[in-house]
Amino acid sequence: MQARLTIAVVEEDRDRATGIVDALEQTGDCDVHVIGNYTSLARKIAEHSPDIVLIDIDNPTRDMMEELTLASGPLDRPVAMFVSGAAGGLAREAIEAGVSAYVVDGLAPERIKPVIDTAIARFSIVRQMRNELAETRRALEERKVIDRAKGLLMKAKGIDEDAAYALLRKTAMDQGRKVADVAEALVTAAGLLG
Amino acid sequence: MRRVTIPVAYMPLVDAAPLIVAHELGFAEDEAIGLDLVPAPSWSSLRDMLGFGRVDAAHMLSAVPVAMSMGLGGMGAALSAVCVLSVNGNVIGVGRPLEARLRATGFAFDFTDARAAASAMKAVHADKLVFGVPFPFSMHVELLRYWAERTELGLDSIEIRTVPPPLMAEALEAGDIDAFCVGEPWGSVAVDRGVGALLLPGQAIWQGAPEKVLATRTDWAETEPDLLGRLIRAVWQASRWLSKPGSHITAAQILSRETYLDLPPELIDRALSGRMILSGHGEQRHCDGFLRFHGAAASFPWRSQAKWIAHRLGLTHETRTGLAAAASVFRSDLYRRHMTQTDADMPGASEKVEGAILHPTAVGSSRGRLNLLPDRFFDGAIFDPDAIE
Repeated sequence: MQARLTIAVVEEDRDRATGIVDALEQTGDCDVHVIGNYTSLARKIAEHSPDIVLIDIDNPTRDMMEELTLASGPLDRPVAMFVSGAAGGLAREAIEAGVSAYVVDGLAPERIKPVIDTAIARFSIVRQMRNELAETRRALEERKVIDRAKGLLMKAKGIDEDAAYALLRKTAMDQGRKVADVAEALVTAAGLLG
Repeated sequence: MRRVTIPVAYMPLVDAAPLIVAHELGFAEDEAIGLDLVPAPSWSSLRDMLGFGRVDAAHMLSAVPVAMSMGLGGMGAALSAVCVLSVNGNVIGVGRPLEARLRATGFAFDFTDARAAASAMKAVHADKLVFGVPFPFSMHVELLRYWAERTELGLDSIEIRTVPPPLMAEALEAGDIDAFCVGEPWGSVAVDRGVGALLLPGQAIWQGAPEKVLATRTDWAETEPDLLGRLIRAVWQASRWLSKPGSHITAAQILSRETYLDLPPELIDRALSGRMILSGHGEQRHCDGFLRFHGAAASFPWRSQAKWIAHRLGLTHETRTGLAAAASVFRSDLYRRHMTQTDADMPGASEKVEGAILHPTAVGSSRGRLNLLPDRFFDGAIFDPDAIE
């Protein structure tokens, strides 16, 4: 019988970590440990002596992992991000999905694949949610700036809200810019002049 | 000319300025290219983005392409350093406990004397000193090791750990590290957060250290010579603008924007103007050439510098790779080819004896006006690449 796989997930956000752990545990025989705090990362990883370490690609802590891949690192067994041979395509896919994986050298590809596939699927969902959230935030910010610009125009030119918006939109179209950019320029200029 | 947009990854640091300025002030536009600047969350992600083709060029630690050519660290895509983006610009700093002990001995924080600083550190700290650095393959590591090895400090009394710069202040406070070597603005950030003091600029160890390079995949550099040429020239023009004394206030404003460093311009200006604030006590030191982008062949990828890096990496990681092979990732050949149509003054040689220039010195060059600046190592040693091989 093959030994159980030990997987470490470096993730600060508790909810995200739980989601990843649940998904990974369904792939089969494995122990999943979450490392939620970056101080002494090397020691914590060494304690679990994992076969695979998963970490979000946007996590700056990744550079600490990189150090562990060097032979002189604190792990007994060097951990290498799999990039060669059959796993190369998988690495690219993982990176595109936003997950970086570190795998103990010599671990059989058929044992790695289900774990990485699951991680890729899970990270893709999270990434999409995060993009949507960022998009919503940005839209909200733009809304606020446009409202302020409208207010400035209404006050300066004595026009109503619809006319103020029409003026912003016309200026934006004439200059080939976004309404939000024109509004921002106006608010900035008003701030400087005021 | 058809306008092409090149995706370029960078780390939000002061020395990413040539790329940011090339984009913001129209130097890229002048070469009929657009730059899609992609901030990277870590050096390993930046390397992967370049290696896997998410971007075509990147603002990279000078040691990374050299290390990769030696088979050290991560994936194996062949990278080329097509020009140097910045010379010097790192700082070594200490946490508050160490600062207090140094002050108690009357240490002057002169921000100049590398040997005295090492002796002072040794005198107040009996245990191993733990230094945080941004990445295992970096000028930061090599400068620290060179300094420790050739002073009273000694290589055995330092330990070097990777800490992402945004977490450096936290790591100092938590006592995970005693000191650090980082690029700006992170040293100044530690000072302003009241968690540390600056001890030495990188140039106090080596006056001519190539810090960041513009890297591309080697196959891209060879299949897209036209785009590469435009990119190198746009960055060179941006660096020239940056080197004008009147530019750094505007540059600090641009870099401070939320999209880039998202920090106060005053903090960014310190590295650009060389007026460093060392500690919470407000000591200010003017440091000439703290961070150089242009002039005196600053952007020329000297093969001898790549050899120095390869030689040092070889000692650290106990690998023996031919220096010539490692040095060939610094593409002085491509740089020459693509810069001939500018008025850049190109050195006649692609290698020099590192550490031998003690005063501004005229050297043979394409236009005969090239003066190289001092490139001294603090211990006066010289690195002759031919003598090593």
